[in-house]
Amino acid sequence: MTEPLDSTAIAGKVFPVRAHVPVVVVGAGPAGLAAALEAARLGLAVLLVDEHPVGAGLIGMDVPLQFGERMDAAVRNKPRMLERVVAARPGIEEAFAMGVDVQLGVYAWGAFVDGPTSRAQPRPLLALADDERSWLVSWDRLIVAAGARDLAVAAPGWDRPGVMGARAFAAALDLYGAFNGRRLVVLGSGVVGLETALRAKAAGLDVAALVETADAPQGPAALVDAVRRTGIAIATRRCVAAIAGTTEVERVVLRGLDDGTTHEIACDTVVTAIDVVPNVELFDLLGCRVAYRAPHGGFVPDVDGDGRTSAPAVFAVGDCAGLSDAGLGDPATAIAAGRRAARAAARDLGRTDVPADGAPPAAEPVADRDPALRRWIAAQAAEGGDALVVCQCENVTLRDLLGVRPPAYLDYDAAKFAGRNLHSLAAEGPLNQDQIKRLTRAGMGPCQGRRCREQVQALIALRSNAPTGSVPLPSFRAPLRPLPLSVLSADDEPAELRANWTAWFGIPAQWLPHWEKAPEDAEFWGGRVPIPDATK
Amino acid sequence: MAEAGAVKGASVVVVGGGVTGLSAAWWLAREGVDVLVLEKGIVGWEASGRNGGGATHAYSPLFREEQRLWPMMDELLGYPTEYRRGRIRVALDAAQLEHYELTSRLAQSQGFTVDRLDARALQELVPYVGDDVAGGLFWNYGGHANPQRTVQGYAWALQDRGGRILQHATVREIRVAGGRAIAVVCDQGTFGCDAVVLAAGPHTARLAAGFGVAVPVVPARAEMIVTEPLPLMRHGGVDGNGLYGRQTLRGNLAYGGGPHEWIEIDGAATPRAVNSPVVRSLARRLRELFPRAAHVRVIRSWAGVVENTPDGRPILDRLADPANVVIATMSSVGFGLSPASGRAVMQLATAGSCDFADLTHLGLGRFAGLAPDWYRDRGWVPWSSGDGAAPAC
Ligand SMILES: Cc1cc2nc3c(=O)[nH]c(=O)nc-3n(C[C@H](O)[C@H](O)[C@H](O)COP(=O)(O)OP(=O)(O)OC[C@H]3O[C@@H](n4cnc5c(N)ncnc54)[C@H](O)[C@@H]3O)c2cc1C
Repeated sequence: MTEPLDSTAIAGKVFPVRAHVPVVVVGAGPAGLAAALEAARLGLAVLLVDEHPVGAGLIGMDVPLQFGERMDAAVRNKPRMLERVVAARPGIEEAFAMGVDVQLGVYAWGAFVDGPTSRAQPRPLLALADDERSWLVSWDRLIVAAGARDLAVAAPGWDRPGVMGARAFAAALDLYGAFNGRRLVVLGSGVVGLETALRAKAAGLDVAALVETADAPQGPAALVDAVRRTGIAIATRRCVAAIAGTTEVERVVLRGLDDGTTHEIACDTVVTAIDVVPNVELFDLLGCRVAYRAPHGGFVPDVDGDGRTSAPAVFAVGDCAGLSDAGLGDPATAIAAGRRAARAAARDLGRTDVPADGAPPAAEPVADRDPALRRWIAAQAAEGGDALVVCQCENVTLRDLLGVRPPAYLDYDAAKFAGRNLHSLAAEGPLNQDQIKRLTRAGMGPCQGRRCREQVQALIALRSNAPTGSVPLPSFRAPLRPLPLSVLSADDEPAELRANWTAWFGIPAQWLPHWEKAPEDAEFWGGRVPIPDATK
Repeated sequence: MAEAGAVKGASVVVVGGGVTGLSAAWWLAREGVDVLVLEKGIVGWEASGRNGGGATHAYSPLFREEQRLWPMMDELLGYPTEYRRGRIRVALDAAQLEHYELTSRLAQSQGFTVDRLDARALQELVPYVGDDVAGGLFWNYGGHANPQRTVQGYAWALQDRGGRILQHATVREIRVAGGRAIAVVCDQGTFGCDAVVLAAGPHTARLAAGFGVAVPVVPARAEMIVTEPLPLMRHGGVDGNGLYGRQTLRGNLAYGGGPHEWIEIDGAATPRAVNSPVVRSLARRLRELFPRAAHVRVIRSWAGVVENTPDGRPILDRLADPANVVIATMSSVGFGLSPASGRAVMQLATAGSCDFADLTHLGLGRFAGLAPDWYRDRGWVPWSSGDGAAPAC
């Protein structure tokens, strides 16, 4: 190489990696475990990471699931939680036994690959962290099995401790063994709501009601019957008028959508179980093509029969690749997908003798999951009105969101906004949720938009009479989990990076008076002097 | 805003709805000029909405105007920009302190004042610094604002004054005849004009090349991180330790710095700017700067594409040929200067010269004789480790 390098640029800087791993699997649910086990069986070195058990700090922030502060103090005991996670997922023991490098309580918070604005990394990187520190690993093939997230829906009082999501409820009960509620109201009567109610009942919890905005239960008849047999009341044509209590949830007030009447139900927990959402954050960071597919549960990556995304080294398996009609109770599809991806990865890495998995690819889901989302969001928005807080972190009300208003802590001239709203914005071009985030701060807070991004998307779509999927996916950003400065901090930073650090580009003439001629000879200024700090 | 079909030509067509183009258009609209902004995406979507919000450019001939205008911008625009005046530089050691004193001289020589802060005074103003901080400086000048609110403020304010913005309108060509730009061709139609302001950021070079003018700018990617909100400091414009940035009025710490990456832009679109492992180094420096905020969580990062000229200085130039075109590109220091750069561009477009700042050395003429591949000599080119190990991603 004869060309000079800009010493203040990223060119030539080395970012230390802890290890190079041929196959990394993110997520130790059924799909991820199946992928890791299959890859190990085929003789590949595999790293399997899963963020559970997550740190108590994140649990308190509703990250990565909407935990609603409904877990007991045991979650602070990490070793105990590790034991429970391992016990809850027998495949983990098997993976250990197979020689898989299983790392639990480890967050995948970023991924850095070649692309139009990034060429400097010699290999694709995955960024990981635990509660103490962060590090990088490089990989040849990445199998993402990140599962599904909660779908939160705003209702008056939804910020009270005790309001949680269906995935969080399942995790609290089955993974952490730390659920500390007793009497639940479950919102939603689709597959997710029905399964949640049944699971609660089986765990000996009291399900005070299952609430549905539609005029009939929505899920498969067999599940509806099963729920009815347990004696759980299904309240249809109802929405949530209030979630009330002194601080925590003590009761829910339901509103009849036809007659406007209200009635109260005592409970300590509200599980929002209208649906779950494929977790596509890593695909967005990796630049994999995603598309909105209502039967799959929202934005999902484009994949081939092996689960290979538009980024050929990246696979998507399990719920993060799209939900199935069967619901969460049936892991067979996810397991098959995990195996197929592992086999394809093995073939990529030279195991040409590995035949494609014989199992037929899973049937595509057909049930349209969009109407339930829109029906609930519309009903709760109508009930909550202008004052409904849509984004908890940033305290953005429905009025402020729809009126594209600046946040309340700013003084502004309200008259200037009289004619400005989502409609006027839509007249200037397709609505973009990231732009609305910038204007209103909805989705800009510490929960990283987890609790409001789907709601905001649906509200934008509803208000502009557009299909939900017409609103493009708002971007995900690293770190995908809120990480303390002390954890994210590059303590392994190479000396060369430190020595050549400049606050801005380090172009000597930029810092000298622009009303004078720039010095001809940059050498006069010591060449590319490291400027330790810059004026901006 | 009018529908695409209703938009006709304009007296001045501004190419590029970043902060430079929007400010210029707003100033033109204030003067009663019929102005149309053509933006290929959403206003302020590129560097203009992704920067550090710093407004402290003592080395610019526009500095005085920058300092004069910012405190009035909320009122002039009618929309909040979150501007706050004053900057604090935190020195972790004696060498940094000395360096900051040096970099303060340029402003001091223009009549602006600086107060020295000992460790105790600094700790009072900036509770997140550590016990062993060396000291700092308080600049009674400079400041910071919210870039996203500011760009939208310009856009709305110019619409309020009758200016027009067409988004999702990619300009393909500036049509020239008889030594003058006569029309701007974009994928939503062709718009006749009396004058053109070319403010397309890193795309300025390509568009100017279309009418035979060489504008030496090359693009690079730069990144920032932001934390969850924490209690407000008395002054948010605090930085140092190789970082630039601010505490937002919401309380978030938003900081950038460190290695940039030179990129190539292929075609009319701006590629999505990704982040890199540099975010960890930013976190490290921020923790060093604010040890008492080490527990604070980083919730997001982002990157933007900036434009740089060979000397890192803006180009603000009314061309001789075509005679009715103003080139306005800011070489990576364009956000803070925008109130002043817009006014200067307005004057260049309407009067041919600027009456409040000496722009002599910001013209394209300074690059006469520049080698066509000037950027190679400096290594301002995309670089890859090139060991072929990276699979196609
Ligand atoms: C991370 C980062 C931090 C920064 N920090 C600071 C700071 O603290 N202070 C400061 O002063 N500056 C800062 N800068 C620099 C500053 O952001 C830029 O100098 C400034 O935004 C440039 O504005 P612009 O309008 O000239 O260009 P841009 O913002 O790039 O806008 C150009 C616009 O033109 C549009 N366009 C391009 N081609 C076409 C076409 N063919 N047709 C139609 N439209 C087109 C683009 O879509 C874009 O919106 C920073 C930049 C970055 C990336």
